[in-house]
Amino acid sequence: MCLGIPGEVVEVREDRSDLAKVDVSGVRRVINIGLLEGEEAVGPGDWILIHVGFALSKIDEREAQAALDFLKGIGQDYEDELDALRQSHIE
Amino acid sequence: MRFVDEYRDAEQAEALAAKIADLCEPGRHYKFMEVCGGHTHTIYKHGLEDYLPDNITLVHGPGCPVCVIPMGRVDDAIHIAQQPDVIMTSFGDMMRVPGGTKSFIDSNADGTTIKMVYSPLDALKLAKQRPDQQVVFMAIGFETTTPSTAMTVLRAAEEGVDNFSVFCNHVTIIPAIKAILDSPDLRLDGFLGPGHVSTVIGCRPYEFIARDYHKPLVVAGFEPLDILQSIYMLLRQLNEGRCEVENQYGRVVPWEGNQVALRAISDTMELRPYFEWRGLGFISHSALRMREDYARFDAERAFDLPGVRVADPKACQCGEVLKGVLKPWECKVFGTACTPETPIGTCMVSSEGACAAYYNYGRFERDRVKEATRA
Amino acid sequence: MSTGHRYAEWAQRAVAEHADHIDGHPPATGRTSDREQQVLDRIDRARRRKPKVKDERITLAHGAGGKATQTLVEAMFLDAFRNPVLERLDDAAGVPAEGGRLAFTTDSFVVSPLFFPGGDIGDLAVNGTVNDLAMAGARPLYLSAGFILEEGLPTHELRRVIDSMAQAAERAGVRVVTGDTKVVERGKGDGCYINTSGVGVVEHDLALGPGRARPGDAVIVSGPVGDHGVTIMLARGELDIESDIESDTAPMHEMVRDLLAATSGVRCLRDATRGGVATILNEIATASETAVVVDESAVPMRPEVRGASEILGIDPLYVACEGRMVAVVDGAEADTAVAALRRHPLGQDAAVIGTIKDDPPTLVLLKTEFGGTRIVDVLIGDPLPRIC
Repeated sequence: MCLGIPGEVVEVREDRSDLAKVDVSGVRRVINIGLLEGEEAVGPGDWILIHVGFALSKIDEREAQAALDFLKGIGQDYEDELDALRQSHIE
Repeated sequence: MRFVDEYRDAEQAEALAAKIADLCEPGRHYKFMEVCGGHTHTIYKHGLEDYLPDNITLVHGPGCPVCVIPMGRVDDAIHIAQQPDVIMTSFGDMMRVPGGTKSFIDSNADGTTIKMVYSPLDALKLAKQRPDQQVVFMAIGFETTTPSTAMTVLRAAEEGVDNFSVFCNHVTIIPAIKAILDSPDLRLDGFLGPGHVSTVIGCRPYEFIARDYHKPLVVAGFEPLDILQSIYMLLRQLNEGRCEVENQYGRVVPWEGNQVALRAISDTMELRPYFEWRGLGFISHSALRMREDYARFDAERAFDLPGVRVADPKACQCGEVLKGVLKPWECKVFGTACTPETPIGTCMVSSEGACAAYYNYGRFERDRVKEATRA
Repeated sequence: MSTGHRYAEWAQRAVAEHADHIDGHPPATGRTSDREQQVLDRIDRARRRKPKVKDERITLAHGAGGKATQTLVEAMFLDAFRNPVLERLDDAAGVPAEGGRLAFTTDSFVVSPLFFPGGDIGDLAVNGTVNDLAMAGARPLYLSAGFILEEGLPTHELRRVIDSMAQAAERAGVRVVTGDTKVVERGKGDGCYINTSGVGVVEHDLALGPGRARPGDAVIVSGPVGDHGVTIMLARGELDIESDIESDTAPMHEMVRDLLAATSGVRCLRDATRGGVATILNEIATASETAVVVDESAVPMRPEVRGASEILGIDPLYVACEGRMVAVVDGAEADTAVAALRRHPLGQDAAVIGTIKDDPPTLVLLKTEFGGTRIVDVLIGDPLPRIC
């Protein structure tokens, strides 16, 4: 359920602080950011998750990096194992 | 696309798949339910099952908001649309969903105006542009979508728009998961939790699943590597004898959810005593309606609805498919009487339904396909 | 709220029609993969049944180019007008004429809005028909133009449309030699509808058609997919999405001429209009009883088309193009064909996106960028924006 797409905030409207222009891969739409009021202020360069015209959450770059590091770690393990396997064939 | 492409990497998938295979105990069969239709969509769209060993089965859960709407509610929406000077609006997902007699697209051929909108705010905008018409928004969706409807109603109230109302069909995910957990013929080893619902409700509401039902749950993101990683985390829990709620989707899901969103919901809506879910039957406290304070935005109060229940044909076995007892192709009507063109049961209604996803994307024998796609 | 319930008549009817299937459902014994295969075979048989129009009224889905359109065409039009030329359901009909072969085609244009980034209904109406002729490998010669105008259409808009048509005809080297005009009451048309028919001459001996694809052939697209469809969706303004993307409407006959001159290995050409590339690939798989295997990461696509598709939850493979074609070419000639296409400005981004295989027949399979596999089926109607 519930398609959510990451987009980058381009600008927050001066007259309506609950609206922001957001870029998704080169196309732009005004998104309501009123649901993010509880968090620190959203500004240009922040990434948000968009669902039916609303921002549901601000994307946490540190958490995103942590997940990617985990994946890289697994990838490295796998490479190491493959290497070990190749070496064992040679011997 | 940032936060998308890096989670679709085929090489990392291969590495993760090898780890997953390592974690599986030989001879043991694992059944995990992805609660959310969005996950079902990701699994089929990317062909993710190609990476899973044969002894892991993914069971496609009830989290497709379009699928669970009873046919009678579609009929009610069409009834509203047939009233004079009404423009009905809803998401594109609803347009082809058949009711007891017809779908929105068929109804428009009969003369109603049912328009597709991208956001409930677009329906509100339409109401302001067309003061001579009553604009009704058929709201569907789980907690992901509910805050958007709530915020739109609050905005309508603030701006004093009096020709806008909501036909509220919002449902809540926890009672549905509980209904599935309580069914006697269920055999599941763990859950992939709905990532986007969790941005709103957080991770705490799932704790009873680990505590009372002893099933692990990992809140999962929607890119294919997110799902593989979540399966990996479930297997680790099982192997280590743990049973917890974990959050794989930390980049988007805060543990405590979104308080502003929860407040907007509780300000405008309240739980219904019970609501009928297609395929699962009546579930108590599983859906929302407009609060008395916002009665003037409630289409259910404004229009006299027929409210006739429409039952699925007896041959339809959606209930068993939803619980993972049957695979889509094991249902008697699958692919012949019940197809995406004439979806007679809930699992075939939207491309996120278990049967439609299998029919549209996975309807082939995997060995032959592996042969065909070999470079 | 009443407490009783009823059944949906349409659903009961569907069950009754397939009673034999339901009774013959494979018993829950035997090897799982065998049982699954039995079910898949049964579905395959059901899908091959003669199509029937079950809808009581025409809906927008019947015009979207997907399954509903195919059913309408085959069960009503083809049934009534059946003849060997029409049966081929090619983009343009190949008809014998004294001293050679003619290609003849017709197309109607009902696009809304009339003007959009990159074009308007006028050049679309010329290019669309020129392209249908080009897909038969014909040199386009003459067009007709029929206008259905709505009372109240501003004259200056009509002039703009006609000027644009004249320029497009000039560019494509065709002449508009006959025409017709009708005006309907206000509210009975969308400003302006145009029908164009076209005649061209076939100057080669190749037999082209989706049925001619064979295992080992390469599947090529001539450029990035989905530009036109996304442009139109956004130009309607209802989605409030801004972009710099433009329609790809363009006449492709010169690019086709160059391709046919470069190689004799071309089996089939189709312009990927309504229903997009995915629908064309399905036509090819069905007509030639082959499997079309597509590599997702090889499909050229602009980032904006991808972005808009992600936001709207639609699959760009089903989105219309108006200046892109799918070519099936002998595998050994694939490089020559791509090189020939790339020499033409419209084909700069041409790419091999897949191959024809023999099994499983009639299916289009996508090797996803993630490394998995899935089916690419024909849609019922338009790809609708979804939230879920």
